[in-house]
Amino acid sequence: MTLEYIPLVFMLVFGFGIATVFMYLSEILGAKRSTKEKNTTYESGMTPFKTARDRFSVKFYLVAMLFLVFDIEIVFMYPWAVQFKQLGSTGFIAMMLFIVLLLSGYIYVIKKGALKWD
Amino acid sequence: MDLVGLAFYFLAALIVISAAIVVFSKNIMYSAFSLMFTFFGVAGLYVLLNADFLAVTQIMVYIGGILVLIIFGVMLTTRITGVDVKSNSLGKIQVGIAGLLSTIIAISLIVVFSSTKWFLSEPKVSGDSTKLIGNELLTNYLLAFEAASVLLLIAIIGAAFIARRK
Amino acid sequence: MSEFLWVIIESTIKAVIILTLIMLVYGALGVYLERKISAWIQNRIGPNRVGPFGLLQPFADVLKLFLKEDLVPTAANPTFHRLAPIITLGVAVAVYAVIPFGDYVTIAGRNIQLGLAPNANIAILFVLAMTSVGVYGITLGGWSSNNKYSLLGALRSTAQMISYELSMGLALVGVLMVAGTLSINQIVIQQSNYHWNIIYQPLGFILFLVAAFAETNRAPFDLPEAEPELVGGYNTEYSGMKFGMFFLAEYANMGTSSAIMVLLYFGGWQTLVPGGWFGFEPGSIGLALLQFVSFFIKIEIMVLFFIWVRWSVPRFRYDQLMNLGWKVLLPLAIANVAGTGIVSLLLK
Repeated sequence: MTLEYIPLVFMLVFGFGIATVFMYLSEILGAKRSTKEKNTTYESGMTPFKTARDRFSVKFYLVAMLFLVFDIEIVFMYPWAVQFKQLGSTGFIAMMLFIVLLLSGYIYVIKKGALKWD
Repeated sequence: MDLVGLAFYFLAALIVISAAIVVFSKNIMYSAFSLMFTFFGVAGLYVLLNADFLAVTQIMVYIGGILVLIIFGVMLTTRITGVDVKSNSLGKIQVGIAGLLSTIIAISLIVVFSSTKWFLSEPKVSGDSTKLIGNELLTNYLLAFEAASVLLLIAIIGAAFIARRK
Repeated sequence: MSEFLWVIIESTIKAVIILTLIMLVYGALGVYLERKISAWIQNRIGPNRVGPFGLLQPFADVLKLFLKEDLVPTAANPTFHRLAPIITLGVAVAVYAVIPFGDYVTIAGRNIQLGLAPNANIAILFVLAMTSVGVYGITLGGWSSNNKYSLLGALRSTAQMISYELSMGLALVGVLMVAGTLSINQIVIQQSNYHWNIIYQPLGFILFLVAAFAETNRAPFDLPEAEPELVGGYNTEYSGMKFGMFFLAEYANMGTSSAIMVLLYFGGWQTLVPGGWFGFEPGSIGLALLQFVSFFIKIEIMVLFFIWVRWSVPRFRYDQLMNLGWKVLLPLAIANVAGTGIVSLLLK
């Protein structure tokens, strides 16, 4: 059982290893003629002002919050989906109840205008 | 030591070290990012326990969802002056009280852990854990399952309400 | 312990082969096709200097990228700036652990799977999990650069990717209801005799396809790097092979999405012509080769579709993109799940 997952872990290590090698190769092989001007932040030819790490619209945060809730809902659906044929109509009705409850929340979000991008 | 034991100690070390960085790092972005390795470690532990579905869920929900939320939160709260948010804004008294409390909790946990008589048993479930979870969730734990949907509904409404209060 | 050693040796060989495949087929061939096809569409000639028909152009590109100066802006956070491309490429490669390139071959009485771990129970969810980790490469890349364009690109990209992940996940639920398993190889085996899942899940496939375009940040969903407004998006401050790694990962991801769609909806490695025509036995090298070639052809058709769309369809506006994801795809995906359930219960 655990042996099955060794190739998975192996590929993860392998992938990140290759990527690290690439990164270092790029740093070693690349030309090194850096100047102060070259190392400034790119801002379409302007002298950069302030920091880029400014505050941004709360809507992105809302999207992430809503994503989280729906993601959990979908995770709940996977075990049901693979057992769908065995669980039959009872399971289906139970899952539909689950979905309808969340859909009502979704409709509230839409009506509230939380997903309106203007 | 067998392979599983070795993997366990590796993952345990990963969890403890990355969790320590989460707490002690001065840069809150490092803290947030270090949390990712803690979550990965926990997912690895689930794999060792033959709970592969839980492991993937851990990655999808915690790394793919909650951590994104945390990082967005960090980005949102950066002060307008451009100073990065630091996590060392606690006073000495607070640190003292928090330290005392965590020490008490740690000691009681260790006492409970070492005094309990643990039953070591072979994992009863074998095969596809996803199907077993699906069966249990929609038969024996149906009420809890529907209750979870009500909880998620409250979360959705709360999220929309907070973000769009005018 | 010998079993463990065997697994390691087998995995090493397979990993090297798969990596070569990714680099050659998805990286080199993908870039070449993209440049050549975009040239045809725009009535240009495209690369034709390096090698016959410009076939060696991608290799020249990579060599050039390695030798380019690797700039890290002074204002950037160097640790995260270096970490971001590693995450992006690492995740793109790691996904290939669960993709089966064929059924199996019998060598010396041992059935060798053509894939690293195609039978893993949760294979398909592993792909989704890795996609959600891949978001960090972009987020960190944009944040660490300390560049306004990068940060905006990264923000857009993160919000876009998580939004479309929902539709992708829900479209997948439809396939799982038909297949009843999370193992990719099992899903493919069930599609034998041309019972491809696209017949049972046409709406699901379209939803998955649109979501896949958004997940790979390909046009018309390439807002994170919308040149007129955001310069290069999250990779504005990257140069040399670090930029190349983002670039390579984009093509690897395009290959992955195509492969996943082929596996889920188009029978994966199921052969295009019956293997019996050539007298191939199950487990023989001939059949494995035929399966691999069939899989490869199906993937390339998908890749060509990706490229064709990129050079034909104009970019969305950001509000259109979010509306499409949340107000069109998400309800449709839920309807697809309900519809699949009702239809299969009625037919039973």
